[in-house]
Amino acid sequence: MSAQKVQAGATSGWQRGGAQAVRRRIVERLVNVLCGIATVVVLFLLFSILWTLVTRGAAGLSLSTFLHSTAAPGSGGGLANAIVGSCEQTMLAALLGTPIGMLTGIYLSEFSHDGKIVSFVRFVSDMMLSVPSILVGLFVYLVVVEPAGHFSGIAGTLALAILFIPIVVRTTEDMLHLVPRAMREAAYALGAPGWRVIVSICLRAARGGIMTGILLALARISGETAPMLFTSLGNLNWSTNLNAPMASLPVTIYQYAGSAYDDWVQMAWTGALLITVAVLATNIFARWWLSRNGTASS
Amino acid sequence: MMEAPSTTAARGADVSGRNAGGNAGDIAFGMLARLAGWSILLVMAGIIIVLVSGGWQAFSTFGPGFITSRAWNPISHNFGAATSIFGTLITTVVALVFAVPFAFGVAFWLVEMAPPALARVIETAVQLLAAVPSIIFGMWGFFIVVPFMAHYVEPVATRYLGHVPGIGLLFRGAPYGTGLLTGGLILAIMVTPFICSVMADVFVSIPAVLKESAFGLGATRWEVMRKVVLPWSRQAVMGGIMLGTGRALGETMAVTFVIGNSNRLGWSLFAPGNTIASLIALEFPESSAGSLKLSALLALGAILMVISFITLACSRMFLQRGIKN
Repeated sequence: MSAQKVQAGATSGWQRGGAQAVRRRIVERLVNVLCGIATVVVLFLLFSILWTLVTRGAAGLSLSTFLHSTAAPGSGGGLANAIVGSCEQTMLAALLGTPIGMLTGIYLSEFSHDGKIVSFVRFVSDMMLSVPSILVGLFVYLVVVEPAGHFSGIAGTLALAILFIPIVVRTTEDMLHLVPRAMREAAYALGAPGWRVIVSICLRAARGGIMTGILLALARISGETAPMLFTSLGNLNWSTNLNAPMASLPVTIYQYAGSAYDDWVQMAWTGALLITVAVLATNIFARWWLSRNGTASS
Repeated sequence: MMEAPSTTAARGADVSGRNAGGNAGDIAFGMLARLAGWSILLVMAGIIIVLVSGGWQAFSTFGPGFITSRAWNPISHNFGAATSIFGTLITTVVALVFAVPFAFGVAFWLVEMAPPALARVIETAVQLLAAVPSIIFGMWGFFIVVPFMAHYVEPVATRYLGHVPGIGLLFRGAPYGTGLLTGGLILAIMVTPFICSVMADVFVSIPAVLKESAFGLGATRWEVMRKVVLPWSRQAVMGGIMLGTGRALGETMAVTFVIGNSNRLGWSLFAPGNTIASLIALEFPESSAGSLKLSALLALGAILMVISFITLACSRMFLQRGIKN
């Protein structure tokens, strides 16, 4: 507001009553109002989603949601197998994807003397960042599920890892770029070999940002549904066997939300509430953490 | 997200210069990093090869007519891609029509008008909207937006816009609630945060002196935005929009819930349709390995990949050029 006052004071054209000045003033006000409305609408949509989830999902929250596996309609049951399946596959995907993603990020940031291939890897990795996740599901289905002859948690884990890696690659590279040059030079001057400089100095300095990237990537893949449909398929029974079809929260939500049974739909809302709270909490935590100790020099 | 890789050349030299002694640790580490980097290429090549070879049976059975054929008949084994490509493109266009103005409005408000403390909170909220899993958008869309569209938006739109010559065609038809318009709207909500955050980043990065000189000449905020900021950041803004387009093209779960899933091609936005991704998600579990139907779905996947790659490659090009300026 104050900027506008200063501006108004400094400009005689703004205060003049001519038709053009009036038109400019009206357009300016109109744009301000429209932008404000756009912001309010977007916030309202977020609020509406959260409100719907809380009002419809909270009713099904109870201890048995976390203790019992999915069951036939009308016979109670919970989401325990889906929650455990989701956690298992997501965590394993992160375990598999983090080293590969970080090493690739290092490759992009520190090995650019390899020539054109480095920028090609960067290009491909950026493409993979936005490749439709359902295509990753198809890929893993054809490469893992079809030859093996059955759906499995391994396949689900692989699909999630493929989606996980490019996010970590991007953050690692970005964060390594932020490491001050003087820091590397100091390390080299002390006689450290190149890999020690990268691992002990650069990665250490960038760890806040990289951890944030890993958390955001975790949040992103834990909500993925489309690739899981063709890979881990879902499982109504309790199973932690990676070599068998495995339940996951998003797939269970998908199956339940489309069903005709009220208690299944209720359970779908509860699952949706759980996963959204988990994803958003992870996001908020990651951003808070980055703002606290994410800068490369700290 | 996009970082201009300008400093990498100098950084890379550090590592290579030290390797002259043949330090075993450096060699091993270098091999690991290269292996990881090249494995990305392998996965991408794998995705392309697997989809194209999987779809080959369909491509060779139907020839180029696969792309223009409207058929999707599992009983007579007659498959075509036209309807789902049409649905994909229409929902994406609808999404952009709504998402771009909203994203611009929010970005403009965040950068130029909001008090800094409030802007930070609202920016976080917008990014949280981007983080909500797509299946949640699908459920919310199905249980909240679809009834709203069926009861309020679609009857009203038919009454007032249905008779307008030209565009009236788009707004006729039974108000089911599900359909291309609803699918496009849900996509719009999903891609708005992406486009918005790119726009806000770009608007912030303009050299302050450019804006200040325009303000000094007495320009209003809107005039500065339209005549200084937008021309300066045109390419990066385009890149952000293309990034959102790429997201909208491949989105699966949210669309599957609300699009109505019918193999139909027509002008009405209210009518149910399908997209490539929603068709794959729905039909894949019902197609047996090695069947022509599975091959047709994989061929659709390959087409979707080509469309999204072109979009994403354009997005990258625009963003890089826009940021270098």
